[in-house]
Amino acid sequence: MTASHSVDTKQPLLQIRDLRKFFPITAGVFNKTVGHVRAVDDVSFDVFEGETLGLVGESGCGKTTTSRCILRAVDPTSGQILFRRKNDEIVDLAKLTREELQPLRAEIQMIFQDPFGSLNPRMTLFDNVGEPLLVNGMTNRAERTDRVADLLKLVGLRPEFMHRFPHAFSGGQRQRIGIARALSTNPRLVVADEPVSALDVSVQAQVLNLLLELQKRLGLTFLFVAHDLSVVRHISDRVAVMYVGQLVELAPTKTLFSRPRHPYTSALMRAVPVPDPRIPVGEVTLKGEVPSPANPPTGCYFHPRCRFATDRCKVEAPALREPTPGHFVRCHFADELDLTTAF
Amino acid sequence: MTAPLLSVRDLHVTFGLDEGSVRAVDGVSFDVLPGQVVGIVGESGCGKSVTMRSILQLVDEPGRIKQGEILYRMPGVDGQPETVVDLTKLAKRGPQMRAIRGAEIALIPQEPMAAFSPVHTVGDQIIEAIQLHHRQWRPDGSGLSRAEAREIVVDLFRDVGISMPDQRVDAYSWQLSGGLRQRAMIAMALSCKPRLLIADEPTTAIDVTTQAQVLALLRELQRKYGTAIIFITHDLGVIAQMANSVVVMYLGRVAEQGPVDAIFHAPKHPYTRALLRSIPSIVGQTQVALPTIAGTLPHPFNRPSGCPYHPRCDERKGPECAARVPSLKPVDQGQSVSCFLHHDSSDTQ
Repeated sequence: MTASHSVDTKQPLLQIRDLRKFFPITAGVFNKTVGHVRAVDDVSFDVFEGETLGLVGESGCGKTTTSRCILRAVDPTSGQILFRRKNDEIVDLAKLTREELQPLRAEIQMIFQDPFGSLNPRMTLFDNVGEPLLVNGMTNRAERTDRVADLLKLVGLRPEFMHRFPHAFSGGQRQRIGIARALSTNPRLVVADEPVSALDVSVQAQVLNLLLELQKRLGLTFLFVAHDLSVVRHISDRVAVMYVGQLVELAPTKTLFSRPRHPYTSALMRAVPVPDPRIPVGEVTLKGEVPSPANPPTGCYFHPRCRFATDRCKVEAPALREPTPGHFVRCHFADELDLTTAF
Repeated sequence: MTAPLLSVRDLHVTFGLDEGSVRAVDGVSFDVLPGQVVGIVGESGCGKSVTMRSILQLVDEPGRIKQGEILYRMPGVDGQPETVVDLTKLAKRGPQMRAIRGAEIALIPQEPMAAFSPVHTVGDQIIEAIQLHHRQWRPDGSGLSRAEAREIVVDLFRDVGISMPDQRVDAYSWQLSGGLRQRAMIAMALSCKPRLLIADEPTTAIDVTTQAQVLALLRELQRKYGTAIIFITHDLGVIAQMANSVVVMYLGRVAEQGPVDAIFHAPKHPYTRALLRSIPSIVGQTQVALPTIAGTLPHPFNRPSGCPYHPRCDERKGPECAARVPSLKPVDQGQSVSCFLHHDSSDTQ
């Protein structure tokens, strides 16, 4: 269970190319398709080995659908999801059949948001954490017991807890159990969908520390989906921002927070309440509502809410560009706007 | 000094269960001044919601108010002087409590989806409340017609920033987006001109950008109508933006209370200090271990002796922490703390 921490190698573990997921809207007796919800609409990004990529955005922006496509919990409409296996073979997860995906499941695991709903209440910790091992061929019970004990110790729980049921544990402890289960198959990529949003602040800090420590020890790669910007900033190496199914900005964490280039990113950061009463409350810069992904606006999807929108934004959809190396942005005026925030 | 609008005095609420009784609220005291925003922070299980439900007399069985007073200053009707009523003495379903609930003290619940009935339009639900509490609009006692009440709802919707208010009145809650639904909920809470508003995690279920809009709206309405607000949240950022004073709760007791600036810049209780340290900041250093609070929240049947926080406390003073319960004592201008570090260990309860 040892792997070196290798951020510097900068080899992409996961490459997402032009990913789209449209859900049909049906109506009438014959369920005729009358439109599509463009939940994920042309998303491309890389996740490098050993890094944490944060994925943020408001509800309905497609961040969860993107992560579910990677796990093939939903089948993408089009696009490629290239994953580099242990033996450096590159496979396109979007094209594989259920049977072909089976051996890959061990390498990509997930941590869920709800620590109460994601554990089977009728199974002991041993069964909950050990089931992925059983599915992946570890049929010897004694061997599985040893492995589950190791995993529980790894996430800071006592191995004696193994024969208890999930109801005996607090929210933070259950989230640790969920993490132990995700790590049971020695995954290389862990998709964490809002793993700390259901937890109290003091428990949240404990779980974030655990994730950081596990990453260092096991060389894990995280795709960290969350809506809390201060949490994402704390844990991520790079951050991707989504809006109405599209990636609008992606940059190293420090750059994104000190010099955002997309007006949406900047507005999102200003909306975060700062825990200091001496910092005056800024005016609300983002008015109105997120448009429906079933009926997105023309041109740039953000133009109806953008303070800087021009006539060009209303008709011409901007492409994702890379104005400085490693900093991607989808805005016509990314080079001209000064969005330097107070942070 | 202005007299408090609401004064909670040594409130104890217990839940008698088969396994034993749980002391959900264990001696809580705080005041709410007219027009003031009081923020209540604490982690799950600290008793903040039970305290609020006690104020409205909505504590469900087997919960019971064992001890304490909740004094509410009622306005004088028809030139009569103000009276102070103890809400804990009123019958839960009695006419007095029903006249206060919704009209004098209103609640914004956490989950607006669950709070509205899905089979009635949002307008109908608010019209019903306005017609029921018509005295809030017509002190002379003459009733309000449906059409008149509907006019009030349309105006309220406009006030809380709902576009096309005359059409949205006839919408069902499931036809509205999260932000609109929360605005409609605020309109409903304000519909009977309450003098005290209890907002129980009103922005927890919504996105940051919508949250910023809702918080700005609450601040504006608070200024406009002078409503006092008790704001319950676990988000310290929201507290810093909204509250004038803060009450920090831990295991059913007040650990510390004081003006918002003192709580954030000169916290006295080790729990407040630890809580403030454990949040990842939007300006701090990234990818380092955050300071955490040792251990976990004790099980309600297994309350520690003495100060409830002492087993997790990193600034424990000595054996008195485990032996006696510190009482809430003033330490500074308007700031009180229940901790032996700040007052003599003979001040126990």
